[in-house]
Amino acid sequence: MNKNSNIYTVIYSIVLVVVVGVVLSVVYQALRPKQLENIANDTKKQILASAHISPEKGQSVSELFDSHIVSSYIVDNSGERIDNSQNPFDVNMALEIKKPAGERLLPVYECSTPDGMKFIVPVYGAGLWGPIWGYVAFDANGNTIYGAYFSHEGETPGLGAEIEKPAFQNQFEGKDIFAKDGEFTSIAIVKTGKEPQGKAWVHAVSGGTITSQGVQKMLYDSLLPYCAFFSNLADGQSVVDNEGNSEISPEGFSGSQDTSTGLELQPQEL
Amino acid sequence: MVNPLSKDNPVIVQVLGICSALAVTAKLEPAVVMTISVAAVLAFANVIISLLRKTIPNSIRIIVQLVVVAALVVIVDQVLKAWNYEVSKALSVFIGLIITNCIIMGRLEAFAMSNRPWPAFLDGIGNALGYGIILIIVAFIRELLGSGSIFGYQVIPQWWYDAGYQNNGMMILPPMALITVACIIWFHRARNKDLQEK
Repeated sequence: MNKNSNIYTVIYSIVLVVVVGVVLSVVYQALRPKQLENIANDTKKQILASAHISPEKGQSVSELFDSHIVSSYIVDNSGERIDNSQNPFDVNMALEIKKPAGERLLPVYECSTPDGMKFIVPVYGAGLWGPIWGYVAFDANGNTIYGAYFSHEGETPGLGAEIEKPAFQNQFEGKDIFAKDGEFTSIAIVKTGKEPQGKAWVHAVSGGTITSQGVQKMLYDSLLPYCAFFSNLADGQSVVDNEGNSEISPEGFSGSQDTSTGLELQPQEL
Repeated sequence: MVNPLSKDNPVIVQVLGICSALAVTAKLEPAVVMTISVAAVLAFANVIISLLRKTIPNSIRIIVQLVVVAALVVIVDQVLKAWNYEVSKALSVFIGLIITNCIIMGRLEAFAMSNRPWPAFLDGIGNALGYGIILIIVAFIRELLGSGSIFGYQVIPQWWYDAGYQNNGMMILPPMALITVACIIWFHRARNKDLQEK
């Protein structure tokens, strides 16, 4: 048989490709459940990271998750729980973020920590090269950030990718997303020397301007629909927690979409 | 099989596969996993190509080699994702880039196409070990000096830090891998006079 004939070559390549295709799909099918479990565990780890909980070496992430996350549910943008028996863990943030704010499913994880009950919400947005996402843990007043975790798919190492480093994430601790008058201001991410008045801010990553702006936009867009939920939390708290949070009312957030309202308030404690 | 470990080492003598050697050596664990992955791919690719060598049409032999290597790499990648997700995240794109590792294509074309399966298997293992030994030496030096740990376990005692010792952050950055490899090549050539060019 002539090994260099065209027919032989064509048949050879077809057979090769079919064999390889079959082998690969068998491997894929066989390993798929295990991989999904790993991805789920990784997500759980990220959620816990926002509340400063990380597993010890060899500790099971899902056990840790179950022991800390006491309840999880989905709310709508009026702060009401949606009872459609969907697991909040399965909500695909990439799809939710594209919907109008009124239709989004908003997952909430209640996490018990040594510092009391924290409310963790997911955020999702776009960086320079691809998606960025994260989890933000709030104190029970629905205002102050307890911890933040961000990750990314392919931001530039050393520049945009710095958003996944503690040096950037730790800046968010203790920041308030509502201004003193109850308006939703989110967190501004600014360059040194451009610190705004009247809302909480953190410093951007040097050399990662577009990624930093992406984080700012992600926080604003993702947290805005939660406003009603947060103010319900604050109302529930105001009996015991008298820090003026009870002034926050849902009407306060429905107005301006613009974060830079130029309020001449005193800068918040940072 | 023993030759590629020193005299004919793919990294420090033939200077192949440098790209991945720089990228995955900031810590020991990814370096070891990378070595095992390359060993698995190279050994099996060598065997498969060696078995097929009499049937492969000459005009598409490089394509056939690539398909075999690519299939093996995808399998390795899937297995890693299933069994060691953390390391697979750390190695990320570099597992996929094993496909383009010159060592693999080089051995397939130079050795497996003209040898029987068993010698081809040994050749694959030998070259992967030659590649891996450099990776592990570099990773050992970089993790020890850069992070003060081995396999993630702290080995530099705390009182050193208290006495003013600091981890060398430079060692974690890619350029130091290049310099470390260069030092190994320097040392190696100094010991093997016959490798020195006139």
